[in-house]
Amino acid sequence: MHGLSPQQFTETVSSFLVPYYVSLAVMNGIAALWLWKVPKPTSTIRLFGMAVPSSLVWAAVAVGYLVLAAFSLGGQSLMPQVPQAFRTAVNERTGPVIYTVGTTVLLVVLYLFRAWFVKPTVAWTVWNLMLLFLGLSMPDPNFFAIVAKPDNVPIVALVFLLAFFTWLATERAVENDRRMDAGEPPLEKLDDEKVLVWPDLVYIELICMVALTALLFFWAMWLQAPLEEPASSVKTPNPSKAPWYFLGLQEMLVYYDPWMAGVVLPSLIIVGLMAIPYIDFNKLGNGYYTIKQRKFAYIVFQLGFLELWVTLIVLGTLLRGPNWNFFGPYEYWDAHKVEALNNVNLSEYFWQWWLGKSLPAVPKLEWMLTALPTWISGWLQPMSQFVAILFTRELIGTLSLLFYFIALPPLMALTVFRKFYERMGFIRYMVLANLLLFMASLPIKMILRWSFNLKYLVSIPEYFFNF
Amino acid sequence: MPGLGEIIRESQIWKSIFRHPMPVDRRNRIVVVLTNFFLHLHPVSIRKQGIALSYTWCMGGVTFFLFLVETVTGVLLMFYYRPTLEWAYADITALRDVYSLGIMREIHRWGAHAMVITVWLHMYRVFLTGSYKPPREFNWVIGVILLLLTLLLSFTGYLLPWDQLAVWAITVGSNMARATPVLGYEGPGHQLLTLGYPMITMGSDARFALLGARNVGEETLNRFYILHCIAIPLAVSLLLAIHFWRVRKDGGISGPL
Repeated sequence: MHGLSPQQFTETVSSFLVPYYVSLAVMNGIAALWLWKVPKPTSTIRLFGMAVPSSLVWAAVAVGYLVLAAFSLGGQSLMPQVPQAFRTAVNERTGPVIYTVGTTVLLVVLYLFRAWFVKPTVAWTVWNLMLLFLGLSMPDPNFFAIVAKPDNVPIVALVFLLAFFTWLATERAVENDRRMDAGEPPLEKLDDEKVLVWPDLVYIELICMVALTALLFFWAMWLQAPLEEPASSVKTPNPSKAPWYFLGLQEMLVYYDPWMAGVVLPSLIIVGLMAIPYIDFNKLGNGYYTIKQRKFAYIVFQLGFLELWVTLIVLGTLLRGPNWNFFGPYEYWDAHKVEALNNVNLSEYFWQWWLGKSLPAVPKLEWMLTALPTWISGWLQPMSQFVAILFTRELIGTLSLLFYFIALPPLMALTVFRKFYERMGFIRYMVLANLLLFMASLPIKMILRWSFNLKYLVSIPEYFFNF
Repeated sequence: MPGLGEIIRESQIWKSIFRHPMPVDRRNRIVVVLTNFFLHLHPVSIRKQGIALSYTWCMGGVTFFLFLVETVTGVLLMFYYRPTLEWAYADITALRDVYSLGIMREIHRWGAHAMVITVWLHMYRVFLTGSYKPPREFNWVIGVILLLLTLLLSFTGYLLPWDQLAVWAITVGSNMARATPVLGYEGPGHQLLTLGYPMITMGSDARFALLGARNVGEETLNRFYILHCIAIPLAVSLLLAIHFWRVRKDGGISGPL
């Protein structure tokens, strides 16, 4: 870490890792104790063909964490960490493509095999592996510098919280789906009896408030709020980043112009979220966890939230360094790292590469407008000029956009979304189709960029219109 | 001989504040919720699964509690902080190094981050349980506005320490506004707003309206301070009231029909 001697860095990491591993040991110890006291169907694990009591397994894991904690006390040479070869390999192999495709594949696998992943033993193992990976990566100075940056701590917390709550919801959904397949009511229906708010609810609220207050105080005492040098309008930090919750939008700037990534798409996210209750006509799945009964809504939402929102934020926060270049998790943020940017517009592909011509000149239209008063021509001139460029130089891009946004919705209504269209009616269907198409345009643009270095489908920088 | 507790509970002052006996039996446990201002937000009774943490995650409640924490710590911070170029940074430094209540800034900042996360988790839970479905559609819409306002609260507060982190984060964020279609001076279609001379310039576009100046400066600090401390909290309070009221009116916390 910068500004610290190796000795100081080791001490800093050690002062984090020792309590970290101890609390992981406590966590597994409690799990072991609980499984031992309250026998459950999951109370044995098959290891090498033998049925071992799971309490024993987790107790052993707890002891393992204690050993790690002891080694973390012992200085740089003893500190347990992922091997250097692994770190180098990760740094060299990863990039936006691997990252995005990898997280997508991971989510798809988790979704398809959800019934297996939600099993308590499996989930607890995955949970332990996630935490272990974080602990073993911490001794890397570059990893530590990014993850332990005070304002990045919330993102690390967000990843773990989302993992936990997604597991919690999915476990119940899997169980509910199984029950409903067997003709039984969902779990939520079982506790139908009523209880009094005082004391049953107010006491939960009270305990939550006390616990949260304590948590906030500890957090505040442990971690000082960041305060950098006083503001200076001449010293631009590199990278300059928006607050972390907007970094998914900043990441979209790689693929879109600011008017799309910063204004239109965020507005559409808000509008789209608001529209959800009015376009989701499925009456099932109201008030209980389920996936099977509302697959379409579930997949679209998870794609939007987990993939296109959260993983982009993680990418923008943890893996984007100076000049918004991609850096592997163990890579030093070198401001001089150069990445070749040779992105090409669709119009250039069309006219120069394919037809072997130069780009057609912008048509001159001023002569048509000279007779008009200036206040009309001042308005009409850029308008007609813009339309002229759209249908000459940018013709191929314009046609593909028109096809995508104008022709595709009715085509989809006749084919894949036929039933949706019949049930939703024209307006609701069009809202859904357009929102989906805007959402899908991001992964489409990503893939076009990665495979063809495509910059813009329609590029009219004269009028700040690039798409 | 009555004990001290009994004397207090029998006194006219106590009885004027709490209109009911201690909530130790069923009747008074109902009465306490009905007659207490702070508790009347709740129904008297609730389905058992409606308070199960594995169902609700308690994230809406946590978010509201964090909002209260932010309000209290924020008011305390306002006693110390002056939103001017001369003092903003110095006051934050003093909060860190000098004032005994300086930890309020830490709580305020971490609470703000936590609130963004809990709002998302609340929305996540409401989606996964399908709780936005009729009759709760409109409350979901209010919730989305509250989500947006939470982000704006956090964003406007981000500027106030007036350090490099703050100013450049807001610069990067607000630079987007100049690309607003039609209304930003680098946005598509801004040439359409013309009266013989361009109406949308660097000094009159959407970004200028947001910042109060051509760049993030003292006008921006003042503007964001007022948005952060007065305008947005007022809007959030009103919407929160509606949000909670609608939870009750739309049939209480969701559950299987």
